[in-house]
Amino acid sequence: MISIDFEHRQAAHCESGVTSNLLNHHGVQISEALAFGAGAGLFFAYLPFVRVNGLPLTTYRCEVGGIFKRVTKGFGIRFHWLKFSSGQKAMEVLDEKLEAGIPVGCRTGGYWLPYMPSAFRFHFNMHNLVVIGKEGDDYIISDPVFPGLERCSRKYLMKARFAKGVMAPKGAMYYLTDVPKNIDYSSTVKKGIKIVCNRMLKSPGPLIGVRGIHYLSKKIRQWPKKLGREKTVLYTGQIIRMQEELGTGGAGFRFMYAAFLQEAAGILDDSRFFDLSKEMTDAGDLWRRFAIIGARIIKGRASDSDTYEKMSELVTSCAEKERQVYRSLLKLVR
Amino acid sequence: MKIDEVPQDPGIIKDGRSEICYAVDKNGKYVLAGSKGWEPKNIANSQAWDVIDSKVQSTAQQVRKGKKSPLAFYMVLHQMDMGLLAKYAGISRWRVNRHLNPLIFNKLAPRILSRYADIFEISVDQLKKIPDQLSTLENAKAPK
Repeated sequence: MISIDFEHRQAAHCESGVTSNLLNHHGVQISEALAFGAGAGLFFAYLPFVRVNGLPLTTYRCEVGGIFKRVTKGFGIRFHWLKFSSGQKAMEVLDEKLEAGIPVGCRTGGYWLPYMPSAFRFHFNMHNLVVIGKEGDDYIISDPVFPGLERCSRKYLMKARFAKGVMAPKGAMYYLTDVPKNIDYSSTVKKGIKIVCNRMLKSPGPLIGVRGIHYLSKKIRQWPKKLGREKTVLYTGQIIRMQEELGTGGAGFRFMYAAFLQEAAGILDDSRFFDLSKEMTDAGDLWRRFAIIGARIIKGRASDSDTYEKMSELVTSCAEKERQVYRSLLKLVR
Repeated sequence: MKIDEVPQDPGIIKDGRSEICYAVDKNGKYVLAGSKGWEPKNIANSQAWDVIDSKVQSTAQQVRKGKKSPLAFYMVLHQMDMGLLAKYAGISRWRVNRHLNPLIFNKLAPRILSRYADIFEISVDQLKKIPDQLSTLENAKAPK
């Protein structure tokens, strides 16, 4: 039996949670929100040509692996990242690292993990977890979105690590090798903020960033006429799921980012970040109101004021609110 | 979101585990708070499952009418499309498509059948027919 002494802290999102827990294990104090912000996790894109179960993709956070990559790079931490073509080999190397007492992060699919609540068993391949031990045939897993440690048999962990489809993880695993003693938080925090603001304000095309939110707002208004009721309801549900589903912390990561801005106020010793955190919280609250109305319409419980028109207005105000926040932030980190 | 607004509407997660969300406390500071779920989220999630469910039901009917092979049923039961099933089976998409035809499926070699059966974690005999009671499928689907 192998059991690494690893502090499991529950998080709202898998990648920022894994990043913060792994770094914490190696003596770097970092909360999930700080990892999320320093890793420039916040984002928005509405990509109607990418289909998930036949519905357009809306994303509220950055590309997979981006948070871990930017935090480790910014802090000067070195890590090994491995991919495999053979499942047996992938498990052997995992075992070796565990025997050496190293907790290992793994990219997996969600569908084959037995401890995943049945309601979340979809084929999504962007999940992250940390393997911290082994007992008999079972691996002991610190999956940051769950409150306690979980277990998974060798067979299913292998299946999950080699889930197929879009963004197949191909057995990807990673572990930290070299952590510097003194870490400069402020430069990474500033850089992370800059990346988020630039992406949200200056990305080309109509689909990404604040412009993407405006575009979505316009589309929502057109949906009922263009798609008919049945499809519009499905499209709406998809947006709410992407915004609120397990691992988003609710409100499409906006609250988590607001929590990060509060920490940034301390690290950069500037209370203006604290004030902007409030603004970001307001944006998150608007996103939540959008979800409430959307869900009522899906359920057929809409009152007279719960309309697509109203939802579209709310999304527009999210875009305007967020634009203000990013503009002010950009001035502060210049 | 204020801390007393953190929703506690169970629904999706039935076993009492809660998830983390970020909320503002009395002093305006962000803290972590556990949530048992949120009604709009539950509604959106069950909508997704209704879609899967109706697909499973309609495919089951097509299998019973002899229009599709049982493979088609297990494919949609596991939320797969032809592309994904082809990748899991290591069989080309074009051939998978043919195997959804009952006439071709019935002539398949045991070797091919067991490849499919392994993916769904059922026996070859089970793969050749579909269950009479669809409501029992929740358990059949969950890994042990």
